[in-house]
Amino acid sequence: MDATRADRRAVVTLPTDTQILITRDFDAPRELVWRAWTEADLIAQWWHADRGEIVSIEMDLRVGGSWRYVMRANGGFEVAFSGQCREIVPLERLVTTEIYEPVPDQPAVTTATFEDLGNGTRVTLLVEHASRAGRDMHVESGMEDGLQDALRLLEGVAQQL
Amino acid sequence: MICSVARAATTTDAFNAIAEPRRRQILDLLAAGELPVNDLVERLGLAQPQVSKHLRVLREVDLVRVRDEGRQRMYRVNGGPLRPIVDWLAGFEQLWTERFDRLDAVLDQLKEEHDGRDES
Repeated sequence: MDATRADRRAVVTLPTDTQILITRDFDAPRELVWRAWTEADLIAQWWHADRGEIVSIEMDLRVGGSWRYVMRANGGFEVAFSGQCREIVPLERLVTTEIYEPVPDQPAVTTATFEDLGNGTRVTLLVEHASRAGRDMHVESGMEDGLQDALRLLEGVAQQL
Repeated sequence: MICSVARAATTTDAFNAIAEPRRRQILDLLAAGELPVNDLVERLGLAQPQVSKHLRVLREVDLVRVRDEGRQRMYRVNGGPLRPIVDWLAGFEQLWTERFDRLDAVLDQLKEEHDGRDES
C-alpha cells in the first residue's frame, strides 16, 4: 500500500485558459473523504500541507453558507482564503466560490467531485477563474513556500558576509 | 504581480498551443514515438486538413518537429518549450501533493475509528 501511495501525486492540468484541474485517488470510502473535506476540525489537519499552522477553519456547509481558511505560513505572514457554498450534493459534489483575500476581485469557482471507485475515492477539483490572469496567479500562489525558502537562504548568505 | 505578468508572457505561445484538447492528444500520441501524419490522422479520427492545422500550430511554437523520410513527413515531439510550464506548475502540484498526503493520514485515522465502531 505504501508503495502505491508514493506514486500518488496530485495530478494538475490546465484544461483551458481559465481552469485548473487537480485529481487524486484516495484509499478510503467516499463518506470519509467527504467528511475530511467538509468538517472544520478535519480540514484543519491536512489543508496546511505542513507549510504553516492553521489559525482558523470555518465551514458553514449550507447553500449560501460561508467558509474561511486562515493559515500562518512558516515565513510568519497570514494567508486567508474564503468564499461561499453554492451547491452541495452530500458525498458527491461541493461547489464553492473562493477568493484569496488580498486579491478579492479575482474570485474563482471550485467544483470538488467525489467519485466512488469501489475500492477508493477519486477526488477531482476543478477551479474555474474569471480570467487567465486570475488562474495564473492562483497557480503561482503555490510558489510562496519556495519563495520563502529562497528568502531564508538569502538571509543566511547575507549573514555570512 | 509584475513577476506573474512577465512569466505569463514568456510561456504564452506554448500555453495557447496546449490549451486545445486535440493538440494535447497529438502530443500524447507523439510522446510514444515519431509518427507519420497518416497515422496521426487515423488515430485521431479527424480529417487530414484539421490534423495539419493543429500540427502547424504546434510547429510554430516548436513543440513538434518534422523531417522528411522518403515520401512521408515524420512528426516528433519536442518537449523543450513545455519546460517553463512544467516548472511553473511544479510548485502548485507539490503543494497539493503534500496537502493530499496529509489527507491520507486523516483518512487513515477516520477509517480506524470507523472500523472500531463497526466491531463494537
